[in-house]
Amino acid sequence: MAQTTRGRAAVAGYLFLLPNLLGFLAFTLLPVLASLALSFYAWDLFTPPKFVGLQNFTALMRDRDFWYYAYNTLFLMLAIPVNILGSLLLAVVMNRKLRGIVVFRTMYFLPSIVAGVGTYLLWRWIYNPDYGLVNSIIASCCPRWLNDGLRRLGVDWPPQWLSSVTWAKPALMFMSFWTVVGGYNMILYLAALQGVSPELYEAANIDGANAWQRFWAITWPMVSPTTFFVFTMSLIGGLQGGFEQAFVMTRGGPAGATTTISYYIYNHAFAWNHMGYAAAIAWVLFAAVFAVTLANWRLGGRIIHY
Amino acid sequence: MKDEAKLKRAARKTAAYLVLGFVGLFMLLPFLWMLSTSVKPAGDVFASVDNPIKALVPAKTEWRNFSRVYDTTQAMGGGFARWYLNSILVAVVVTLGQVTTSACAAYAFARLRFPGRDRLFLGYLATMMIPGAVTMIPNFILMRKITEWLTVVAPMVDWDAPRAVSMFGRTYEAGRLVGLDSYFALAVPAMFSAYGTFMLRQYFMSIPRDLEEAATIDGCGLFRIFTTIIVPLSKPALATLTIFTFMGNWQSFYWPLIVLTQDSMKTLPLGLLSFMGLYSTQWNLLMAGSMMMILPMIIVFIVGQKWFVSGIQLGALKG
Repeated sequence: MAQTTRGRAAVAGYLFLLPNLLGFLAFTLLPVLASLALSFYAWDLFTPPKFVGLQNFTALMRDRDFWYYAYNTLFLMLAIPVNILGSLLLAVVMNRKLRGIVVFRTMYFLPSIVAGVGTYLLWRWIYNPDYGLVNSIIASCCPRWLNDGLRRLGVDWPPQWLSSVTWAKPALMFMSFWTVVGGYNMILYLAALQGVSPELYEAANIDGANAWQRFWAITWPMVSPTTFFVFTMSLIGGLQGGFEQAFVMTRGGPAGATTTISYYIYNHAFAWNHMGYAAAIAWVLFAAVFAVTLANWRLGGRIIHY
Repeated sequence: MKDEAKLKRAARKTAAYLVLGFVGLFMLLPFLWMLSTSVKPAGDVFASVDNPIKALVPAKTEWRNFSRVYDTTQAMGGGFARWYLNSILVAVVVTLGQVTTSACAAYAFARLRFPGRDRLFLGYLATMMIPGAVTMIPNFILMRKITEWLTVVAPMVDWDAPRAVSMFGRTYEAGRLVGLDSYFALAVPAMFSAYGTFMLRQYFMSIPRDLEEAATIDGCGLFRIFTTIIVPLSKPALATLTIFTFMGNWQSFYWPLIVLTQDSMKTLPLGLLSFMGLYSTQWNLLMAGSMMMILPMIIVFIVGQKWFVSGIQLGALKG
């Protein structure tokens, strides 16, 4: 009797799982294995695939473009700490009983919700060197001595933004700040802050701590689990990111200055039909993501205060 | 003394409002710029560069820009009307599929005992870390080659031919049955999500088992328990997953970009991209097009706001 119920439960378990499992096998698990196998081949989709062993990987290590694009990816990731700190500060300001706080939250959250081709197109227009909003503000609000002085110092000013090798990456980073600062991370921080007991702050007040001290002695350690989570996720996202905005706004240019690893994979796989080489880059990227995750979990135990 | 404390509180409140207002302005400014550009006549777009206030407040408004976008894109495989339709169709099918399959799988993982369950679940978790590019390449090859393979298996069907649907006295292109330029490619691979399964499983685990035990004693089958107890009790989580999936799919760009070539099969992001290619300097029309893409999302967001906020916390904290 017990045997049959257990058997029936097992069958039911598989049946409930089946639709999802089939899709998972077909579109995730098999492709992962297939791309691993593919990374040892050279294949242009037209002629039969040719086994090349580790050649894709050794070629990749000597591929100067790859290293430049890896540098670009890491450079763009420098925005991550700034974005996270911004989210935290914003959450601290918002974490109080104020009328209309929901309206502010909605405003801040909006960019991260609609981020996509529409907003990338918008920022392309904002960064237009001749007629865009940013340079219009710079031209009218910055004092003349500053604008002229910077130009005399040889700075590309007002910046050509997306068409300048120097300014294209900072432009994308500033856009990312606008996109994510009021988004998911801020909401997570808000939740974390609401879990901090007010008594801690009261005690600090009695001890005469100022706002700065309260922040570093109470808020920062209390939200460190959230910071850790948010930071890990941002690193993982950052390593894989940068394709969409670059594709819409700069096509990876000027001179490859905004091409990231994910964009390079796109080019090899879908623009140049180098399936094997693209799969090899994708697996190297996977390895990097894996290493970052592992390192973070190892480190996490030591720096978080619960 | 008391007055001083009161004054201090009021000052702090004002300061908070000032900061919040300033940040709010920073967030909204790009959208205002988008709106103002989208209603400017072509001649005004490049005027008033030196004065940002003037640039933000259009001297003349031309709402006809929106209908012009609609009209001029019609030659592109049906244009915005068709792209809206494609986006809605794909997003609805993907969302329904993903929520249903994820909920069933999550129920199995959370409540049913079967050999290999925990190992399978671990496998699901592990794949969530894999970059999309890793699976995208073989999936693209599959879509590219599947028509050839199916022709070998079932030669009586012309797998490579694009289909058309006749409705209301007109013929509409409907793409291939499978493979590149097909609704199949747009919807089916996106219908299965490890993330959704994971999130719902965590939620199901938090539901007390008492109700189910009582239902089992009353002779309820597992499917009845799932549909009459688990699903109704999980409405918040299901609503959250629904909204996230819908929005995510509405924005989906990379996958549609590589499997679509025909204008008539494009979803909104891809349509907007080809529109950009054609009207690269007509910023008023481009901004009107962007508005048309973003507006439905803003509405969905404002209506479903509370599910977003609770959902984010659900996904992160319980994980």
